[in-house]
Amino acid sequence: MPKPELAPSFPRVHRIGDRLFAMGIWGIAISIVAWFAWFLIDICVQGIPLFSWEFLTEAPRNAGRAGGIGSILVSTLLILAVCLSVSVPLGLGTAILLSEYSARNHRFGRMVRRSLDILAGVPSIVFGMFGNALFCMYLGMGFSILSGGLTLACMVLPILIRSTEEGFRSVPNEYRLAAAATGMSRSATLTKLLIPAAVPGLTVGLVLGIGRALAETAALIFTSGYVDRMPESLLDSGRALSVHIFDLSMNVAGGDRQAYASAAVLVGLLLVINGIASLFANRWLGKKILRQ
Amino acid sequence: MFQSRTDSILSWILRGCAMTSGAIVVLIFGFMLIESWPAIHQIGWLRFLSDSAWNPTAQEPGQFNMLPMIVASILVSIGAITLATPLGIGSAIFVQYYSPRLVGGIYRNIIELMAGVPSVVYGLWGLVVLVPIIASWHPPGPSLLAGILILAMMILPTIALMTMAAFQNVPADYIRASAALGLSRTRTILSVVLPAAKSGLFTAVLIAMGRALGETMAVLMVTGNVVQLPSKMFDPVRTLTANMAMEMAYAMDVHRSSLFVSGLLLMGTVVGLVLTAELLSRRSRHAET
Repeated sequence: MPKPELAPSFPRVHRIGDRLFAMGIWGIAISIVAWFAWFLIDICVQGIPLFSWEFLTEAPRNAGRAGGIGSILVSTLLILAVCLSVSVPLGLGTAILLSEYSARNHRFGRMVRRSLDILAGVPSIVFGMFGNALFCMYLGMGFSILSGGLTLACMVLPILIRSTEEGFRSVPNEYRLAAAATGMSRSATLTKLLIPAAVPGLTVGLVLGIGRALAETAALIFTSGYVDRMPESLLDSGRALSVHIFDLSMNVAGGDRQAYASAAVLVGLLLVINGIASLFANRWLGKKILRQ
Repeated sequence: MFQSRTDSILSWILRGCAMTSGAIVVLIFGFMLIESWPAIHQIGWLRFLSDSAWNPTAQEPGQFNMLPMIVASILVSIGAITLATPLGIGSAIFVQYYSPRLVGGIYRNIIELMAGVPSVVYGLWGLVVLVPIIASWHPPGPSLLAGILILAMMILPTIALMTMAAFQNVPADYIRASAALGLSRTRTILSVVLPAAKSGLFTAVLIAMGRALGETMAVLMVTGNVVQLPSKMFDPVRTLTANMAMEMAYAMDVHRSSLFVSGLLLMGTVVGLVLTAELLSRRSRHAET
């Protein structure tokens, strides 16, 4: 965003070169918007006509060519639930340690931070292979919702920790000093004061993590698997929405319409989630987190 | 400082959490190494580059030439970067220095939205819309070109958003000084802002390169998946990531292990890029202060 005082401060000389440059920049912006609009409108136009309550609740039939995505949505939510129930406590604990319990340059904290930075860069397909090797094979969970959820938990952890830490850092230091001055124990300070004050950061982290997990495909194909039945337990294989889209478009002839409808559902979900995240971020944190 | 018992228990729990989170990367590296060891041991590094083809399921001895896939991965990524970098930087310039305030805000939101779209959805669109267009122009359609176009669309937001952040770090004094000297907006951007934000731009490109190399689903869906060295833009190719995603489901023994070798190679490269980017941005931050 240009700072208002800076915007009009250039001399208003319009030489040919300046005009061309400005036109080029506007051209780039307009063509990107047009390209993305084409993409988004295509998804909506082809996907939304299929929308109905039945589509969202019925099980897929005929390899997904007919029926709905009911069982797929249930699997997706279960995978998400497993992912969050592991990654949220772990992430919260790590973030608290990094921001409240260790000095900025403490060696242990620095090492954890560095390793999380690396984790954030690992490609999702590698998470998938790792999950397959550790959870499916080594720990014997097989292709299951549990394996998929745990793999995703490893993947969203860095995002979760980064924004949670940011949330803690935005709590004014006076709070901590005041708490110490009144003789509150550290654990009481944490649970009664810091965590409530850091809720906006936690929420943003949570929402971003959910977004990332919902969008993920490559890490799930060979951890949670392809089975499109209604899952009966966490040890059943369950097909996530994104895997469903992939399978319909690549492996099922004539599955394009259903794939589009599922894609519209997924994009819709993510839109809502991103909307919530930027609302929270704008209001409480000044957008710092969304920038990376 | 006074520490109650709950306090010390809590502090140990937190330490445990941090230890676990930090150990995941080590665990990943460890498992990738263990799983790829049989292939490295039995096949050896050299054969991954010198075998005559990629045919890992053939009767003894299978063939394990990964070179065409490595080349395909690199070509797709470099193509996407060359396309997305000017567009991404252009977008950032637009938001920062050309657009009216409101339009810039909306444009930024659109770019953030682009970043949030899942890669399968880009892949689906590429498969249904883009590939037929390319096919009607020059068959067969699924191709290196399709991969480059879709991937460019996916990494553009990364470059644009990171460039915007880099522009915001350019001291306002530079811009005021340039305006005071009577330089035009174009000159200011080209000769003052871009050089000042250079290291930020470089970081953005490195990060985007890492994302492009690691991207799987969209590339898998539009590139046609033929293991070959492409000779032109319209040839179908198969990238390393696509190969892993396709063959992981049924691969056994040495074949499976060789997929982990490619995973290890990929992870090493991407992590290297990310760390370099980090180092660069840290050094430039030091230089500023």
